[in-house]
Amino acid sequence: MVEVIVLMKDIVDLAEIKTDPNTRRPILAGLPRKISDVDKRAVEAAIRLKEEYGGRVVVVSMGDEDTRMALKEALAMGADEAYLLMDQAFEGSDTLATSRVLAAAVKKIGRYDLILCGEMTLDGLSAQVGPRVAELLGIPQVTYARSIKVEGNRVVVERDLEEESEVVEAPMPALITVVREINEPRIPSLLSIMKASRKEIKVWGREDLGLSAEEVGSAGSAVKVLDVRAPPMERKRIIIKAETDEEAAEKLMERLISDGVLR
Amino acid sequence: MSGQVLKGVMTYSEKLDLLLELVSGCRSLADRLGAPLSAVLIGGEVEENVRRKPIRYGADRVYVLEDPRLGSFDTETYKAALLKAFEEASPEILVIGGTKRGKELAPRVAAALEAGCMTDCVSLDLDEEGRLVGRRLTYGGSTVAEEVFVRKPQIATVPPGVFKKAEPTEREGEVIMLEAELPKPKVKVVERREKPRVGFRIEEAPIIVAAGRGFSKREDLKLAEELAEVLGAVVGATRPLAADYHWFKEWIGLSGRKVKPDLYIACGISGAIQHVAGIRDAKIIVAINKDEEAPIFEVADYAVVGDLYRVLPALTKALRERLKG
Repeated sequence: MVEVIVLMKDIVDLAEIKTDPNTRRPILAGLPRKISDVDKRAVEAAIRLKEEYGGRVVVVSMGDEDTRMALKEALAMGADEAYLLMDQAFEGSDTLATSRVLAAAVKKIGRYDLILCGEMTLDGLSAQVGPRVAELLGIPQVTYARSIKVEGNRVVVERDLEEESEVVEAPMPALITVVREINEPRIPSLLSIMKASRKEIKVWGREDLGLSAEEVGSAGSAVKVLDVRAPPMERKRIIIKAETDEEAAEKLMERLISDGVLR
Repeated sequence: MSGQVLKGVMTYSEKLDLLLELVSGCRSLADRLGAPLSAVLIGGEVEENVRRKPIRYGADRVYVLEDPRLGSFDTETYKAALLKAFEEASPEILVIGGTKRGKELAPRVAAALEAGCMTDCVSLDLDEEGRLVGRRLTYGGSTVAEEVFVRKPQIATVPPGVFKKAEPTEREGEVIMLEAELPKPKVKVVERREKPRVGFRIEEAPIIVAAGRGFSKREDLKLAEELAEVLGAVVGATRPLAADYHWFKEWIGLSGRKVKPDLYIACGISGAIQHVAGIRDAKIIVAINKDEEAPIFEVADYAVVGDLYRVLPALTKALRERLKG
C-alpha cells in the first residue's frame, strides 16, 4: 500500500500564447488552461504506483474556480480525492508563499508515503516548489525521477543529472519530483470522466489551512514580478522562394555565403 | 532572519568552474553595495590550491567546509553546510550555481531561511534601493520576466555561461575553515553511472545541423550528417529525438543544451517554444520544414518550405560543389 499526494498546477496552454507586437507582453487573458505537462506525468506516476502496490492518490492544487477542470481530469485519470486550495489571499504568491500553502495542505491531509510533483511547471520554470515543500515538511527529496519503485518502506528512484545518472533509495515519506520522460499519461475514458464529474472537490482557504494573512499571497512573498516580455527576436524572416529544391538550396547557400557564416 | 543586518554577497557552486564564474560576475554587485564578496567550498577534501582560487577571481573571503561526510553531494547534508557558511557571513545576497544539483539545493536553503529565490537568472542587477533584480525565462522560455526581491536575504541561481570568468590576479583574501553539524544522509545512492561522453560540447559548435521529428527513421539522419560533414558542423536534435526515440544522448532546448552557433539549420523541426528558447542566441537560423505553418519559421532568418528529404541532399550537393573550389 502506498499513499501518494500529488501537487499539481494548471497553467495556460503555452502553445496558445501570443505576444502583443507593440509591448511584446504575452496575452494571457482568456487562454485555455491545462495541467502543466510534467505535473500530469506526476499524476500518472502516482496512479501507476497505486495500481501496482494498492493505496490512494490525492491531488492538490492551488488555484481558482477554473482549476476544478484540471482536478476533475486528474480524478478521471484515477486519482481518489482532490483538494482545491483557493482564497483571494493567495493571489500574488511567489514560490515561498506557494510552498507554505501546499505544505500546510499536505500536513492537514496528514497521511502520505510519497509526495509527487513535476520537476517544474512550464509557466514559472522555477523548479522550487518540490524541494521547498520537502524542507517545510522535514522529509527527504529526490529530484528529476524517471522511474519510481517502492520496496518495503523505501522508495527506489532512477534519476538523471547532467553528466551522470543515479539510482537512489530514500526512506518514506519522501518527496519526489519527476521529469517528462517518466511516462506517457493516459487519456481517461468517457466513463471515468463522467464518474469523476460527480466526485466532490474539497476546497480549503487560508483559514482552513491555519495560515496568517502575512504568510500568503503578495504579503507573504519575497519576490515581485516587475515585467514579463518576449525577448526581441530580430530575425530576417526571409522566405526562400524557388521552383525546385535545387534552386532553393542554391539561393540559400548564396545568402549564407554573403552573411559570412560559412567557413 | 528579521532583526539581523545582512551584508555582502555569497556565492556557491559544487562545480569549481561555475563558482569562479559566479565570483567573477558578482564582484561588481559587491562593489556597488560596498560589501564583501565571499565564496563557499564544500567537499570531502578541499585542496589547498583550490581554497585560494576564488580569491584570485574576485572573492574577499572563502568559507571552506571540509568533512568526509561531504564527500558526495547529498542535498540535506550540503544544505546544512551551506547554511553554516550563511550564518557565518550573513550575506544579503546568495548566488548558487544553476546546475541540476544547485537547483535542488537552492530552494531547500531558501525554504530553511524563509527567503525568496529566483531560478536560472540570465542577469542580476541592483535597483536604486539596492534590491536585487533578476531577469529569467518564463512561459516555456517564450518570455523574460524581470523580478525584484522585496525581502532579504535574496537567493538566486545562475546557470553556467551567464557570467564570464575574470582574468585571475593576485589579490588579498581570507580563507576561513568552518565546521558544521551535519545530518546523516537519508537518501542513499545505490548506483552512479557516468553518462557516456558525447565527445564535444555542442554549446561551442559554430555550425549546428539540428534534426526534429520531420525525420521518420533513424537511418535518415544520415541526410543531416552528410550536410554537417560538408559544413564542418555538429548534428544536434530536439527533445523527442533524444528523450523519446533515444537517437541522441542530449537535446537542444530550454531543458537541454542552450546553443549559440553562427549558423543553426533546423531540419524538420516544428519550433516548440522550449526548443526555440535554446537557440535564441544563434546568429543565423535557417528552417527547413514542409509545413509552412510551422512556428519555427517565425524565428528563422531563412525559411525553406520544402521536404527535408529533398532539400537536404540538394543543399549538401550545392555546398559540396561550392566549398571544394
